[in-house]
Amino acid sequence: MTMRPDPTFHASPKLAMEAPAENFAYTLLLSPDFSKPDALAVVDVKPGSPTYSQIVHTVTMPNKGDEFHHFGWNACSSALSPLAGHAFIERRYLIIPGLRSSRIYIIDTKPDPTKANIHKIIEPEEVFKKTGYSRPHTIHCGPDGVYVSTLGGGGKDGTNGPPGVFIMDCETFEVLGRWEIDRGPQTLHYDFWWNLPRDYMVTSEWGLPPQFENGIVPEDLLSNKYGHRLHFWDLRARRNVQTIDLGANHQMALEVRPAHDPVREYGFAGVVVDTTNLEGSIWTWWREGGKFHAEKTATIPPEPAAKEKLPPLLQGFGAVPPLVTDIDLSMDDRFLYVSCWGTGEMRQYDVSDPRKPKLAGSVHTGGIVRRASHPNGKAYAGGPQMVEISRDGRRVYWTNSLYSTWDDQFYPDGMPGVEVMANVGGSGGLELAKDYFVSFPDGYRAHQIRLEGGDCSTDSFCYPSA
Amino acid sequence: MFDGLLLLPVGLDWGHASPTLGWLWLALVASGLYHGVNPGMGWPLAVSAGLMDKSPRALFRALWALSAGHLLATLLVLLPFAFLLVLAEWQRAIQISASLLVIGFGVYRLIVRRHPRALARIPPTQLAVWSFAVAIAHGAALMLVPIYLGLCQAFDLDAGHEAAGALMKASLAMAVLVSLVHVAAMIGAGGSLAWLVYRYLGLRFVARSWFNLDAIWAASLVLVGAVALGFNLASWR
Repeated sequence: MTMRPDPTFHASPKLAMEAPAENFAYTLLLSPDFSKPDALAVVDVKPGSPTYSQIVHTVTMPNKGDEFHHFGWNACSSALSPLAGHAFIERRYLIIPGLRSSRIYIIDTKPDPTKANIHKIIEPEEVFKKTGYSRPHTIHCGPDGVYVSTLGGGGKDGTNGPPGVFIMDCETFEVLGRWEIDRGPQTLHYDFWWNLPRDYMVTSEWGLPPQFENGIVPEDLLSNKYGHRLHFWDLRARRNVQTIDLGANHQMALEVRPAHDPVREYGFAGVVVDTTNLEGSIWTWWREGGKFHAEKTATIPPEPAAKEKLPPLLQGFGAVPPLVTDIDLSMDDRFLYVSCWGTGEMRQYDVSDPRKPKLAGSVHTGGIVRRASHPNGKAYAGGPQMVEISRDGRRVYWTNSLYSTWDDQFYPDGMPGVEVMANVGGSGGLELAKDYFVSFPDGYRAHQIRLEGGDCSTDSFCYPSA
Repeated sequence: MFDGLLLLPVGLDWGHASPTLGWLWLALVASGLYHGVNPGMGWPLAVSAGLMDKSPRALFRALWALSAGHLLATLLVLLPFAFLLVLAEWQRAIQISASLLVIGFGVYRLIVRRHPRALARIPPTQLAVWSFAVAIAHGAALMLVPIYLGLCQAFDLDAGHEAAGALMKASLAMAVLVSLVHVAAMIGAGGSLAWLVYRYLGLRFVARSWFNLDAIWAASLVLVGAVALGFNLASWR
């Protein structure tokens, strides 16, 4: 327990933007064939540092086959919630779930990120026993604890009962139990986030473990069996209050990105693929008159390609779908970044008018057919995938891997793990930084990135910027 | 209850009150100011409400709700003691038990430092409920019990020469008065701070003003209880 709030806690998004820039980027490494233990890499991102753009520390886990994916902090700016009335915790521990193993690692990043070490390991049995869920995924730090979404229910293949959200203590890391009281029609899960003062949560849908653990199931996709709904919840009452079906052809509604300024009652969601035309799409959701609404506000077309250039999975289509696998919203809610993992493009949309996104910038790295190399000349396999934005909105980082078995289906030629960064112009536009290119050790792929002191998909706020 | 309050100035013998009276009122007001400036008692909620609705009115509405909750918690804790005071021959025991209760709660808060995080699960639309729960959970209302009993004693409400009915009326009225004075001081301090941050200081002040008062708070409970206990024991001999 501290005497003062952590200096990286900020009352409003505006204050978070004005805070000092990040010095380290924490990146999750996975061994796609499970031959090595997964790891956390600490990358130096301080300009001018002699080890800039290099891994300065690695925490290697004691187990194999965890499959690291997403992770998060034990505490963030939400600790300044006036309802909690007690901001005396540190942003100190990274909570890393093994998506495949359901094991959860707690990593202590203090006193120095370059000496980060394992603080605690929560074995899968504890998660199963206390929650009835499996496959922990998204981590969000709430004012009353750490919220964890899961992709699986009980049983060996995670199909015994629906997946959901559970809560952990943010200091002892004890698994406290299920969050939902009434889940309504929700049976699938993926991402979630909230608006704390407006008291709602939004959750999305991917698929059940048999639909992703051994690779994408083409028959399920073509028969629209992956998730395609958004669920809106009363956050404190823990009740599903509304479900919006985006339409069965809008397969895999993944990341949910609410506006950071809590006065703004809207947000975005990305849909991986439309099975009628292979488009990727961006959806805007908002609350008006006590009801939630959602509409498709941007589409990204597939790119035609010769059959012989396509992996077997896509040969029948003669085109590369953009595959919108991650989106991220800048702290000022102005730019939405969209990863097109299939076509190898990172798009920047100006979403000042949230229901009319305007394409403001784009760069290419990788792609199934395009295979765009980095401007520094190095090869980039895979496409832009997990994207993270610096608090000040000037730097956008991304890695290239989606999920072990899916990587192999879409990019059968292999995918060495890399992390790149693009600088953002004052009024938009993206340019890849030639001097930032992290190559991860052989046999490792890279997934989510977390920035020291918080980032645009971590911190949530209880006070508006105005 | 409130007609008792109106009768209070008449019913109380202001002229013959004990010399500790001034200190007790001062302690009462000071406790209000202390609770008011503590962010844990809710002034940042008023700032948030004002900013979220872009209206000072929302800030004042939040302050009202916070006052109502705090007042209710204070009354709820004081009223049983007001009833107990009717048992005039037990008054010593009541006072000493009350002091020990407050000390005990303070010691408990010193040892068990876990913060009740469930408070963050109260909907932000129910500020009065939140304020009530916070005041109970932190022992804010309990802190007033020794001051209240001291005031009753100073005004000779515990003397036992009155008819039980009149005594009850006076002690209830005193509970209401003590609660109102405390909450007025609390919301005066918290409200001023909320307004300053909202209007002039800016949100940076929210994090900057936030000190961990847990230990000091718990120590305050022990202190208030110990002082009251000291007075009780001294006047007993």
